Amino acid sequence: MKGPLRVYVLAYLAFLYAPIALLPLFAFNNSTIIAFPLEAPTLRWFAELGHTPALGAALGNSLLIAVLASGFATLLALAAARAATGRTFPGRQGILAFLMLPLVLPEIVLAVSLLVVTVQVFGWPLSRWTIVAAHTLLALPFALAILRSAFDHLDPAIEEAAIDLGRTRFGAFSAVMLPVIWPGVLSALLVGFTISLDEFIVAFFLSGAEPTLPVYIWGLLRFPSRLPVVMALGTLLVLASLCLLVLAEILRRRSLARIGHRP
Amino acid sequence: MDSGRKASFILLAPPALFAAALLGVPLSAIFAISFASQDFLSLDWTPTFANYREALTEPIYRELLFRSLLVAGAATAATVALAFPVAYFVSFHVSPSRKALWLFLITVPFWTSYLIRVFLWKVILGFNGVINASLLEIGLIEAPLGFLLYNPAAVIITLAHAYAPFAILPVFVALERVDRSYLEAARDLGETGAGAFRRITLPLAAPGIAAAALVVFIPTMGDYVTPRLVGGPDGLMIANMIQVQFMRLNNAPLGAALAVLAMGSVALAAFALAPLSRRAAQ
Repeated sequence: MKGPLRVYVLAYLAFLYAPIALLPLFAFNNSTIIAFPLEAPTLRWFAELGHTPALGAALGNSLLIAVLASGFATLLALAAARAATGRTFPGRQGILAFLMLPLVLPEIVLAVSLLVVTVQVFGWPLSRWTIVAAHTLLALPFALAILRSAFDHLDPAIEEAAIDLGRTRFGAFSAVMLPVIWPGVLSALLVGFTISLDEFIVAFFLSGAEPTLPVYIWGLLRFPSRLPVVMALGTLLVLASLCLLVLAEILRRRSLARIGHRP
Repeated sequence: MDSGRKASFILLAPPALFAAALLGVPLSAIFAISFASQDFLSLDWTPTFANYREALTEPIYRELLFRSLLVAGAATAATVALAFPVAYFVSFHVSPSRKALWLFLITVPFWTSYLIRVFLWKVILGFNGVINASLLEIGLIEAPLGFLLYNPAAVIITLAHAYAPFAILPVFVALERVDRSYLEAARDLGETGAGAFRRITLPLAAPGIAAAALVVFIPTMGDYVTPRLVGGPDGLMIANMIQVQFMRLNNAPLGAALAVLAMGSVALAAFALAPLSRRAAQ
């Protein structure tokens, strides 16, 4: 049983990695057509990336939105996760469940309902700020799940000890608890950042004249001559998200080690 | 209210208000608009069921809804079935110290640009794509196969790839909870390996399988990018029509009704799967 299963798992991993493995092939391929057979290797698609100002603008928008949305989501999740571990009050479980709701809604539904509220109910113009608000909402459940588990592993006695020794409630939190859950905070920020950076459908509906990177890429996909540039861009994006992931994984392990768990 | 409770309440207020404004209000608005009607550029708020009637009786909308359920259901079944052996392998055949690394390996492709990943399936399945080029090269076919791309099957394959970790992780978590001593006991009592798997592992993993099916079904039912890029005209799904209603035809009420129906299908799937996971947990 073990032999065939191992073969299947390796085949499955090949299936998972096949699309990403193709990216660099076409990114370095000196042909405007994304197809086999491959031509000579080239760096011209990467060079062309540098001469595309709209791309820089879209990347700037995406980075700004991702930084702000992950920051807001982590702050809100920090408050909610702290409330989830503190003394309970009627309705708390319901509110916590409501915060997780974006996870179980199809994104298209969120996208159109946010669009309707922004444009038809409030009459606000679409801008980067509408996307920041929407991405904060999308990142919140992930940040909350990460931070709740960080707080769950924490001994509440250390906070009480700090208060008994004369700290205020906020002082005890910032001096004693925050340093312990800090890796969890960082990994919530990273996950929120990655989700926002890659999110397409909500940004597609809510972006006005300021596209995010995925919305810009979506526009490029319609022009066959621009596809090799998309491949070069994709290669860089994969490398960037790989770096972020490794960083997040290291932080997660350090966080577990800090509270005395072996990963 | 004592000070601890008050502190919890004050801390939870900002996220709760934020979610109420960005989730409660929009969802209520979409629900309300689904009962309104479009009057050229403005909305007529006289309540009507006309949008739902149109969505459920007009052949094009009915077919799109039906196809979305079918494709999302098939993609969910394929994703979970393909993922189960992988979760089983990592849980039962990988040493505990290396499990985290395996899970990391499985989730890495998921974190890379979703749009580009889906687009690459177009490259793999396309007329001059990877599969056709390889089959031509080894002489198995003489002309490229045209039926690989632009149909519901291409959508299902791409979705099974895009949502793989959504299926593997819940099944893995459920398998990790299976008490290994039950399996030893079953073997000691004369059960075969396959029998122990069927009568112990599988029932105990059922809640994880149900959870996996649900978390795959939700996003696939509302997926916009995959049907648009690899589906072709016969592979379009409900999300594509919702987008058309809102952004091209400027018929927000009908689009809202379709969105509510999509949400309803997801809720129905959740209700259908809930007893399965509950019964298995007993």
